[in-house]
Parts: sequence; structure tokens; C-alpha cells
Amino acid sequence: MDRSMRCLLLAGALTSILIVLLIGLFILLQGWPALRQVGLGPLLMGRVWRPQKGQFGLLPMIVGSMLVVLGATILGVPLAVACAVFLAEVAPMPVRNVVRPAVELLAGIPSVVYGLFGLVVLVPLVRHIPVPGNSGFGLAAASAVLAVMILPTITNVAENAILAVPQDYREGSLALGATHWQTIVGVTLPAAHSGLVAAIVLGVGRALGETMAMIMVIGNSVILPRPLNGNPLTLALSQARTLTGNIAVEISYATGLHESALFATGLVLFVLIMIVNAGAHALMRGGQHERSG
Amino acid sequence: MSEVANMAGRLALPERTGAPSNLARRRLVQSIAIGLLWLSGLVVIVALMAVVGYVILQGARVINLEFLLTPPRGGLSGEGGISTTVVTTLYLVVLTIGIATPIGVGTAIYLVEYADERRGQRGIVPLLVDAARFGVETLAGVPSIIFGLFGYALFVSALRFGFSLLSASLAGACLVLPVIIRVSEEALRAVPRSLREGSLALGATQWQTVWGAVLPVALPGIITGVVLSVGRVVGETAVFYVTLGGSHYLPTSLLSGGRTMALHVYYLAMDTRAFDKAMGTGAILVLAIILINAVTNYLSRRLTTRMRG
Repeated sequence: MDRSMRCLLLAGALTSILIVLLIGLFILLQGWPALRQVGLGPLLMGRVWRPQKGQFGLLPMIVGSMLVVLGATILGVPLAVACAVFLAEVAPMPVRNVVRPAVELLAGIPSVVYGLFGLVVLVPLVRHIPVPGNSGFGLAAASAVLAVMILPTITNVAENAILAVPQDYREGSLALGATHWQTIVGVTLPAAHSGLVAAIVLGVGRALGETMAMIMVIGNSVILPRPLNGNPLTLALSQARTLTGNIAVEISYATGLHESALFATGLVLFVLIMIVNAGAHALMRGGQHERSG
Repeated sequence: MSEVANMAGRLALPERTGAPSNLARRRLVQSIAIGLLWLSGLVVIVALMAVVGYVILQGARVINLEFLLTPPRGGLSGEGGISTTVVTTLYLVVLTIGIATPIGVGTAIYLVEYADERRGQRGIVPLLVDAARFGVETLAGVPSIIFGLFGYALFVSALRFGFSLLSASLAGACLVLPVIIRVSEEALRAVPRSLREGSLALGATQWQTVWGAVLPVALPGIITGVVLSVGRVVGETAVFYVTLGGSHYLPTSLLSGGRTMALHVYYLAMDTRAFDKAMGTGAILVLAIILINAVTNYLSRRLTTRMRG
């Protein structure tokens, strides 16, 4: 009984790795025809995605994903890290008991609801910017939505990293005459830096994988995002399409090589996110070693 | 004492020519910085209130008993209510959680109760344990559309389950598995070692110890993880968008497709542009998530007080 239970539980524990392997296998298998017929280079670097004509270039989607993640990082990271510092170092207990559940709830709100909010509120707002060709849909609205969506991930991980800094460090700094703020900037945050970077990288991973909210606000045009007029800032008003959106929008009607190309899109996304997440985990483990060593 | 202070004051004197003293400047910088930190907390609250408040207020206009109890008619203007989508969501939650919970809790039990004693040993088992840990870590980072794509390739196409509750719940189970594992692991690790030792000392086998002594204590924590996963399933869209089909009729069997509330929001907003109905459905969705969050908070708070007490 005891022995068979142990074996059964081990089998259960191996389910996760089995699923990971199956995911890799199936996406590679299904994406293989596109990889072979189109070739990895033209797939990654091709500027034209026209499935009807057999043109499968993913560059617009890769650039679109990267730009919207960059935008969300610029808007969201300062806020998320500030909020983590606030929760860990500044907020009195009653305030913390309000803000932390708020962050948790932000994490729980479904992505379609964020998308709906973006579609009904942010897109019309952006449309007011008087630039020819501005539809409201695009990188600006999508980045704003995404910034709020990745905030809970970054804030939670960053807060834990800050709380893990030993109290002695802070006391030593305060005893030397540093103010509370100087202690935060000069001692606490540097001591927590690997955890903070890990938090941001995890947030980037989350942002890369977001699908439904992006479809709803980014416009989904298959173009390389570019400024609408001479002002480079109007790049933010350009429509775009993310890798995730490319899969979700077309998979329901795609067949043959087109379907295979969508799996190849998934493969590109999967590899990108695995690299990002592996980086985050390496950073977090590095931080633990530093502290214990 | 005052002489020392005097000396210090005199030493600092040459730097102080009209400009505010070093200490005053540091205090000013500190108050501005701390003020900004307070502002960041405020912005988070405002962002939450804006999204939740807007959706609920707009949604409240269309929500009534009829909206909740009539099925959607699937027309272009989004006529009808949301009853079938609520039922489909419940079906999917039960199926997904039913599949994921035994596997997830089993994984956590193995990793916490059985794997550690093998640490440092040689052979195949430690390698498998490392693989299992790597699997959980990796799975947690896989984006939901990839689970959808995988579910589409394996369950919908290869196994010929079609767009169905079965395909969707299997793909959904992959999505929530890491959540259940992580939370259960934490719950099991929080169980005091003395409990296990006491049980083993009384002659119980390891499985008897796990089943009779450890699991009952860890149960509230495990339930927290399960409730958390319910929230994930209720809010998830991308996975079900490519595995569940989207028919607005009530599923009649495991092999028939359907539409969850979250999917309904998407179809209403994107296909039929019926924003008012989408807001109504979204409001119900947000209220459900708030309720689920409240339950998890209540459970974990009761858990911590009991552990301390």
C-alpha cells in the first residue's frame, strides 16, 4: 500500500513535466511544415504576413509584441516598484490592508474585462489626439492596459524581495544617520536588486503572453508599426498585432500551411517566454544564494 | 554633551551659506519621495476603482433577473441574457478543477513529503524529482494562448474531441495545475514537523501519516489554492477561445461546445459590438471574482490565526 502510493504520487508529480514536453512536441510537430517550407529566416525576418498568398513573415508581430511590452514596461514598472516599496517600507498597517487586497484584485480581474475597459474607455480617449490616421486602437492604448495588468505580478514579487532584506541592514543605515528614504534608496533596494530585476522580468514574461486584452485594443493590423507622421512619438498611435493575437485571431479558420505557420508563431512565442522566465528564475535563485552565502 | 553639539555645528557651518542645511535638504527630499510613494499606492487604488467601478456601474444598467435567467439568442445586437453562459462556466469550473486537483495535490504531496528524503542520493528517482520540479516551474510561466494552442492540437484535433467541454477542461487543467501545486506545497510545508514525527512514532506508515495527520491540517490551505484556481478558470478566455467553440447553446454532453461568461464578453464586444450587454456580463464576472477573492482571503486569514493560536 505504502509503496504503491509512493509510485502513484511520483507518477502524478511527473504530469507537469509530461505536459511541458507534450506542449513542446505538439507545437514543434504542427509547426514543422511551416518551418521547413518557409524556412526559419524568412519566418522570423519576413515583413509580410499574407496567408492567402503563402507569405508568412512574423516580423511585424515580433516587433508589435516587443513594442507593446516596452510601452507597458515604461508605464508600469515605475508604478509597480514604487507600490512595492510603499507596501513594504512606508504604508502603515491599515493602509496596507487596503492596498494589498487592491493589488490582488487587479491580478484577478479577467483579461477580457481589461480589454473591454480599454475598448470602451481608453480607445475613444486616444482617438481624441488629433493626428491623421489615428484610430484610437494601437500601441498607446494597449500599453496602458498592459501596464495595469502586469502591475500585480511585479509588485508582489518585488515586495517579497524587499521584505526579505534583513532588518539589520536598515537599522545599521539608520544608526549611521541616514534618513528613512536614504536607507531605502542606498541600502534596502540595492540589497534587494536581484529580486527586483526578477520581478520586472517576470512582468515582461506575463506581458508577452497576454492575449485577449491585446486583441481588443491594439487594432490587429498586420503592419510593421511606424510613426503616423514626422513626429516619432506618433509611433505610439500606430496599430499593431502581437504574436499571441496572431494565433488567437486566425486559428479558428486556418488550415494547411497557414495553420502550421500559426503553430510556428506559438513556437516563437514559447521560446521567447521560456528565455525570459529562465532569466527571472536564475536571478531569483542568484539572490537567494547571495543572501545565504 | 552640548559642547560636542556645538563643535559639530561649527564644523558644519562653512557649508551652510544661505542654502538650507544638509539635514533640512535631506528631510525635504525624503518628504517628497515618501509623498510620491503614497501617490503610487493611491494610483493603484484609483486604477482598480476606475476599471471595477466603470464596468459595474455601466453593467448595472442591463442587469436584472431577466438578463440572468434568459439564454442569449445569438443575434447581431446581442439579444437575450446570459443564463447558458453562467451554466457553461460552472460546468467548466467543475470539470477543470476535478481534473487538476487530484494531480496537483498529489504532486505537492510527493514533492513535500517524499522527495526531500531522497536528496543527495544517487539513482533515477532524484533525477525524476528534479524533472518534476522543473516541469512545475516551467508550466507556471507558459502563457495561456500556448495552452490553448496545445489543447487545440492534442485534444481538439489529434484526439478528435472537437471543440468541446472535454477539450476545454483538459486544456484548462494544464493552466491551473501549477497554481494548485504551488499553493498546496506551501500548505504542506507549513504543517509542523512534530505532527509527522508523532504519527510515525506511533507506528503509522508514511502514507498513513500523510493521509491521517498531515493532509487534514493542510486542507484549508489546499482549499485556498483550489478556490484561487476557480477564479482563474472563471476569468480565463484565451484557452477556451480556441478549445470550447463558442456556441451560445447549453452544452448537452462532454463532447459539445459552449461559451463561458468571459467568452461571451469577448463575442459581445468584438463580434456584435453590443457593449451594454458586454458590460453587464463583465460586471457579473467582476463580482464573481471579487467574491472568490474574498473567500480566499477569509480562508487564508483563518488559517494563519489558527497556525499562530
